[in-house]
Amino acid sequence: MTNQEVKNKIKTEEYFINMGPQHPAAHGVLRLLLTIDGEIIKNVEPDLGYIHRSIEKMCERDSYQQIVHLTDRMDYLSSNINNEAVCLTVEKALELEVSDRVKVIRTIISELTRLASHQLWWGVMGMDLGALTTYFYAFRDREMINDIFEETCGARLTMNYNIPGGLMFDIHPNFVQRTKDFITHFKTKLPEYDRLLTGNVIFEKRTKGVGILTKEDAISFGVSGPVARGSGFASDVRKHHPYSAYDRVDFKEILFTEGDTYSRYQVRMAEMWESMSIIEQLIDNIPEGAIQETTKAVIKLPKGEFYQRVETARGELGVYINSDGNKNPYRVKFRSPGFSNLSVLNHISKGVKIADLVATMASFDFVIPDIDR
Amino acid sequence: MNLLIMNIPLNITGTIHDWINSIMPQTAANITEWVLIAVAYLALFAVAGLYLVLLERKVAAWFQLRLGPNRVGPWGLFQTMADALKLVSKELTSNDRIDKFLYNLAPYFVIVTSLTAMAVFPYSEQFQGFDINIGVFFLFAISSIGVIGILVAGWSSNNKFALIGAMRSGLQTISYELSVGLSILTMVLLSGSLQLSEIVEVQRTGGWLIWQGHIPAIIAFMIFMIAGTAETNRAPFDLVEAESELGAGFHTEYSGMKFAYFFLAEFINMFIIASIAVVLFFGAWLSPFGITEGITWFPEVLWFLIKVLLIIFLMMWFRWTFPRLRVDQLLTLEWKYLLPLNLVNLLLMAIVIWLNWTI
Repeated sequence: MTNQEVKNKIKTEEYFINMGPQHPAAHGVLRLLLTIDGEIIKNVEPDLGYIHRSIEKMCERDSYQQIVHLTDRMDYLSSNINNEAVCLTVEKALELEVSDRVKVIRTIISELTRLASHQLWWGVMGMDLGALTTYFYAFRDREMINDIFEETCGARLTMNYNIPGGLMFDIHPNFVQRTKDFITHFKTKLPEYDRLLTGNVIFEKRTKGVGILTKEDAISFGVSGPVARGSGFASDVRKHHPYSAYDRVDFKEILFTEGDTYSRYQVRMAEMWESMSIIEQLIDNIPEGAIQETTKAVIKLPKGEFYQRVETARGELGVYINSDGNKNPYRVKFRSPGFSNLSVLNHISKGVKIADLVATMASFDFVIPDIDR
Repeated sequence: MNLLIMNIPLNITGTIHDWINSIMPQTAANITEWVLIAVAYLALFAVAGLYLVLLERKVAAWFQLRLGPNRVGPWGLFQTMADALKLVSKELTSNDRIDKFLYNLAPYFVIVTSLTAMAVFPYSEQFQGFDINIGVFFLFAISSIGVIGILVAGWSSNNKFALIGAMRSGLQTISYELSVGLSILTMVLLSGSLQLSEIVEVQRTGGWLIWQGHIPAIIAFMIFMIAGTAETNRAPFDLVEAESELGAGFHTEYSGMKFAYFFLAEFINMFIIASIAVVLFFGAWLSPFGITEGITWFPEVLWFLIKVLLIIFLMMWFRWTFPRLRVDQLLTLEWKYLLPLNLVNLLLMAIVIWLNWTI
């Protein structure tokens, strides 16, 4: 018998398996319909809708100040950056120039949010690969950031710190010192992360060459954020279309070209160093100034379409507001990074094993409420 | 036919022995004693299993900057007892359209084989359930049966995740049993006996086997630890119940006490692997450098337990530090690296013994 005949003879039947909505690797309620042959994945079909809250529709009902609060619940791990995106769009439409102080504080807090998000991702990445301890290390350090947030704006996760026209409150007097303390602390802990997971031979075997996403695919699927930069696609909004105070800080856009799970991992690890460097550049010279521009109690945007994009921890978040001149928007659309990133999952995970799919998903860092608004 | 050694080093056993013999005929007395000893063993190791669970949770907590269980009793000592009680009182649910007979049978396969294996270890000079002349072979045979329970559980519970887990378990156990077997064989070659008490005797005069066999013994120990961890389905080889991939693997559909059997068996298996390592490499109950040699009142069983706990700690250390392997990497590790290394090592050991290079 030839090889092909043998293969045909011992061919096994393909079967379906439901990964999620209740599954430890789904990080929420993502349902993947897998077509599997043995352990080899033939097809991955994401099924969404389990956490759809019609946020975009609710935005049409609400005033512009209220919309900000809804965006917390999209990508809850970069809630502050989402808030900032809406505020920036509204300010752009109103042609409102916020003070330097607001810009700098927004940037610092956004970078802290990014750090917290990447820390959580690191913990979960380890957990998905079977190393549970990473989760607790990550949470120890993330807790410090949450405490800083709590002190300044009262909330730890869904912050609602930004409002159209500035910030809700000024920063807490301890903010600067505590942020510096955190940076000093985390600079000693990040190498510890590397020692625990990055250099581990099993970890490298599990991630290197797994889930390869080429640069061309990344561009054509509209992938953004660390996932795209792991494939060598320079897509950092902070660098290419700076907003807030990103034009006045010096930071590198992290690019890796392999496009596998390991390079996506490295992008995020390196981004944590960059975020810390951005914060360090800004924290010592927060300019004086107003923390709010006065806006009308009822904000009415001029008639027209407005778009602003920002870089969340997951990638490019676009906010599109179509206004007809009323106090409510006519239509709001969020271009969420997770949704576009998820679309590429099927493409890159055909022919890999179940364990590889889990590793790939971990490196994509999905937040399901962001995908399914 | 009298495989039982009755003189467990407490006077109580002697008293009970006399008393039972005085009120019953010989045969009935023997049977009663066997049952009593079996019950004692069962109770002892069920409790040991529970406390290993507690130890694991404490060790995990130390690794993970947590406190671990500390609410039920001092240092959480009764936590696992409470958990076991909860599991006993829970409803035994099952999936639709299962193979009822096999589904119910599977947990017993796993737990009974684990508990049976406990009986042959020489915990101290007098404390050994039964001492057969093929003790090593018996252990090996018994521990191979356990995997049937896992396969049956995965197959009968009508769940694809469970089935994948069970199939992985089949792959893993068949592969790694070779390594466990060959590394044990290396040590049997050195000790010259399959009888566990005999192996301990060899070490009493000549020092622990890991020193006697030096290089090949150390290699055998390392291979044994890797393969033993894989045999017990623990991280980094826990593909069988890979939490982030398969939910709970082969025991996804089990609840209550049946789940507890699987859970407990994992910890008892860990104890078995550590005990084999202690008997074959570290002189079982013999004290290091003979420091408690002349002390008659010192319970030698303590040395056994200390050594076993150290090795269990090592295995827990693996679990809480390493990520999980993928299934093909698991097989590559065994068939391409461990197995050839093991065969060479066996040859090396033979040469060492032939040239009388043992210490």
